[in-house]
Amino acid sequence: METLTSLILIFIGAALINNFVLHYFVGICPFLGVSRRVDTAFGMGCAVTFVISISALLNWTATYFVLRPGAPLPAWVWQLAGGNPETQIDLSVLSYIIYIFVIASSVQFVEMYVRKFFPSLYRSFGVYLPLITTNCAILFGSLEIMKRLQDPTKLWGLHEALTLAVGGGIGFTIAISLMAGIREELDMADVPAPLKGAGIALIVAGIMAMGFMGFTGVEKGVASAIGALLP
Amino acid sequence: MAREEPTALERFINGVLPENPIYRQLLGMCPVLAVTSAMKPAMTMAGATAFVLICANIVISLMRSLLKPHLRILVFTLTIATFVTIADKFLAAYVYEMSKQLGPYVPLIIVNCLIISRCEICASKQSVGVAAADAVGMSLGFALALASIATVREILGSGMWFGLRVLPGSWPGWGIMVLPPGAFLSLGLLLGAAEWVSRKRARTNLWRTVRMLWSWRR
Repeated sequence: METLTSLILIFIGAALINNFVLHYFVGICPFLGVSRRVDTAFGMGCAVTFVISISALLNWTATYFVLRPGAPLPAWVWQLAGGNPETQIDLSVLSYIIYIFVIASSVQFVEMYVRKFFPSLYRSFGVYLPLITTNCAILFGSLEIMKRLQDPTKLWGLHEALTLAVGGGIGFTIAISLMAGIREELDMADVPAPLKGAGIALIVAGIMAMGFMGFTGVEKGVASAIGALLP
Repeated sequence: MAREEPTALERFINGVLPENPIYRQLLGMCPVLAVTSAMKPAMTMAGATAFVLICANIVISLMRSLLKPHLRILVFTLTIATFVTIADKFLAAYVYEMSKQLGPYVPLIIVNCLIISRCEICASKQSVGVAAADAVGMSLGFALALASIATVREILGSGMWFGLRVLPGSWPGWGIMVLPPGAFLSLGLLLGAAEWVSRKRARTNLWRTVRMLWSWRR
């Protein structure tokens, strides 16, 4: 029961309270660039959610078994090579290089897979897939998971890492779809000429961020509600 | 090559204002919004980005003849990731407090579109000197943009600048300016202001040209 509550809290925290775009400012480039129409924005959101989950899965595996301080695989190799078993091995200096490599290659594979098996889906957001490599949100998700794997007393399991990734991706989808809906209406509005384009989009995002600040503190209520529903 | 590549000096000058990475090209927006609640983190971020950009541009330019077209983006990101690791460890060793405050935004320099676009546009095509000048110019432009936004946000938000009090102590301090919405609002308004100034300047230039032509005809 505690696991379920903590998973729900992680999900709500990533999707709404600490929204990736409006609280942490990651993924701003697609948020401004691909938010002209609702359908493309939604497609972009789905692609990001998909890639963020896959890279979270791979990066959690790499961090848990190889990169974190006291990880099993390097320790095993070290003992096999005849090293002192007391030595603590920490490969986390390599983590950024591994993460970006994993993200870049998984985007490449997803692109190949989608092109081969879902040609219509590929046509609808094929253009945005290569762009996802340089989307900060993906790397940010992996970094957040890495932060939770540094302290050996309370390590995050795969289920928690995946919940954070999916929640973050859905939060991104919500933000970019809302933004696209507002911008479709903005086309009809009389915006001062110098603010047209990115300027007014950023101001709208600021007002949305104020709205999302209203979610602060929701987690306590959600936790007590779950406690009351499922004793 | 039909078009002649710009020289080192042109690259340098272009980076500072005419092709300013933030105000003109809208590149690398994440750190611009995230670390500009005060001047100190903003300048630390600008320094780290400048280090990574200059080193990556020089290295990519040195190995530009070895690059394969389909692998070049991967090579760019791995080079950048190496330098980001160096910068991150350096910050953690010497300015630990600042490194903790910047948190994930230092590793996020890896996916800063500004650096990849400079590697792609300039460093993978031109010699080391030009690439270095381009990187220095772009870093200066980036630092200027960060400084402008951080100045507005820190002065309005807390009445301080670089931690020194500039507005009287009775200044209420607009809390919203140091929170996430303030970043979006101030960047949006500053973008509008920059656009307005450049339009106005373009119009006066046009006016001057018309007047000059008129006097020449008389």
